[in-house]
Amino acid sequence: MNRNRTFSYTIPYYLWLGLFVIAPVILLVIQSFGNLSGHFTLNNYATYFSSGTYLRMTFNSVFFAFIVTGITLLISYPMAYIMSRLKHAQFWLLLVILPTWVNLLLKAYAFIGLFSKTGTVNNFLTLIGVGPHQLMFTNLSFLIVAAYIEIPFMIMPIFNSLIELDKSYINAARDLGATSWQTLTKVIFPMSMGGVKAGIQAVFIPTLSLFMITRLIGGNRVITLGTAIEEHFLVTQNWGMGSTIGVILIVAMGLTMFLTRDRKKKGARHGK
Amino acid sequence: MAQPIIEFKNVAKQYDDNIVLKSVDLEIEAGKFYTLLGPSGSGKTTILRLIAGFLEATSGDILFEGQRINDLPPEKRRVNTVFQNYALFPNMNVFDNVAFGMSIKGKKKSDIKAKVAEMLTLVKLKGYEDREISELSGGQQQRVAIARALANDPEVLLLDEPLSALDYKLRKDMQYELREIQKRLGITFIFVTHDQEEALAMSDWIFVTNEGEIVQNGTPVDIYDAPINHFVADFIGESNILSGVMRQDYLVSFAGKEFENVDGGMRPNEPVEVVLRPEDLDLVSVDDGKLVVTIDYQSFRGDYYEITAHDDDQNYWKIQATNPAVTGERRGLFFDPEDIHIMRLDESEEDFDARMEEYEDSEEDVQHES
Repeated sequence: MNRNRTFSYTIPYYLWLGLFVIAPVILLVIQSFGNLSGHFTLNNYATYFSSGTYLRMTFNSVFFAFIVTGITLLISYPMAYIMSRLKHAQFWLLLVILPTWVNLLLKAYAFIGLFSKTGTVNNFLTLIGVGPHQLMFTNLSFLIVAAYIEIPFMIMPIFNSLIELDKSYINAARDLGATSWQTLTKVIFPMSMGGVKAGIQAVFIPTLSLFMITRLIGGNRVITLGTAIEEHFLVTQNWGMGSTIGVILIVAMGLTMFLTRDRKKKGARHGK
Repeated sequence: MAQPIIEFKNVAKQYDDNIVLKSVDLEIEAGKFYTLLGPSGSGKTTILRLIAGFLEATSGDILFEGQRINDLPPEKRRVNTVFQNYALFPNMNVFDNVAFGMSIKGKKKSDIKAKVAEMLTLVKLKGYEDREISELSGGQQQRVAIARALANDPEVLLLDEPLSALDYKLRKDMQYELREIQKRLGITFIFVTHDQEEALAMSDWIFVTNEGEIVQNGTPVDIYDAPINHFVADFIGESNILSGVMRQDYLVSFAGKEFENVDGGMRPNEPVEVVLRPEDLDLVSVDDGKLVVTIDYQSFRGDYYEITAHDDDQNYWKIQATNPAVTGERRGLFFDPEDIHIMRLDESEEDFDARMEEYEDSEEDVQHES
């Protein structure tokens, strides 16, 4: 009786999982083994791994995602650290979260306004006599905008792990003779690694498949796997190839999750 | 007297309008076991944090071996702390925790290894170097925390209610061990607790704190036998506190009768408070008693019976007896003149000490006469 009731409560969740997570992934995998006329083939994978274009695209995606993650981490960690120390920490966090409520495309268009030939930034550069420059459609502008968009997702988990850190650990480190810098590097940073890993997952994976900004800001100079998938599904109508790249992306996500998982350390480490 | 290792001169601490410490003076001598005893919020932990350097005094001077250390950061002070929640670094194992202070200072690896082994032996955790903190019990974590603090060879070890999370038996064992370690190393321990039993059992000297002030300091015996005021008498041990009047030196009136006692130095007919400890009271026959009481209630406490009774003046008495009593029975209550302790209302600690000094000699004379 009771068990039946519990089971009936879980039905919506299983339905959701089945229809919107498991089924699409299965369809994607099946699709990736089909050619243009729908017959089974391994050609898509063969093409992917033998074509210089696809491999370069993959490398580009990973490379740019890596750089974007690095930039966001470099900016976010000190920012989260300072914010966690401020009096109204939750208010500052709200300010960081606010921009994420604005649509991604709107933010991209806002940057076009800033970076264009007659935009605010170039006006300023002209004013101080060093402009104007070509800012749009460069790798730099792509990196800036991508990092800007991803920063809140990096700050949030790091901020949370820092806020949850018991202050007595910091006192203990100082008490044992560590300067504030040593306390940061030897105690605070290692103990907030959980937040850093969560932040990397939240930034690296979505950045791998970014495609709108690559076109609007990067001017398709940076072609990532996300762009390739869009092209295959909407332009060339080669769903098989698009699915194959999708599967590759899912594998890459799994790999990232695996590399940044929480590892329980084991065994002797002293006497190193 | 040798120079005190730590000295507070008019040290006060306040947050905005909230005063947590009002002008505290204290002196700590090297090599002794001190306890700061008081209820929560009394300022005892604040004093400890001021010594450690985690808090800055609002005013006043904190001296370490005669040097002002108010502005010295915690890492430069020659004191170490054992934290209430231990604060062991969960990302390091036992060895790295104990070695933390030494590796920060860049000591030689071989020296560190030897010192860690020595410290773990001291706290009876020999061979635990490779354990993770999460694998240890509460009592073991406590020992690691002590070893980690002592590994830095502090002049003074600060202990912030370190035993409060342990069960009764383990707490008792740790009390003996801490006292043992303190005697062996000969360094100064400053122990913070709200547990009066713990304070009485371990300390050479106790500071009783209440509402941001040190209300009394002395040896455990002094504080137990001669509490300065109602608060201390009530907080330290069980007590019967009655209001009375000091008729003249060595004669006090309470519960409707006059009694010979051993205190003096007060105005004639000064209103006072009278303290009688439950274990100093004896139940005797009605004829032998100094007061007659009716037994209300008794409860068995294992090693004694706690008996509640009331006298004809409707004062309630707590009595500790080894033999059970009969509820509703009328019994005599007997106590000696020296069991009566008199407290003046609002007496300062200096006046109290001076009066005690003066009447301590005469106290012995009275005892000889009786």
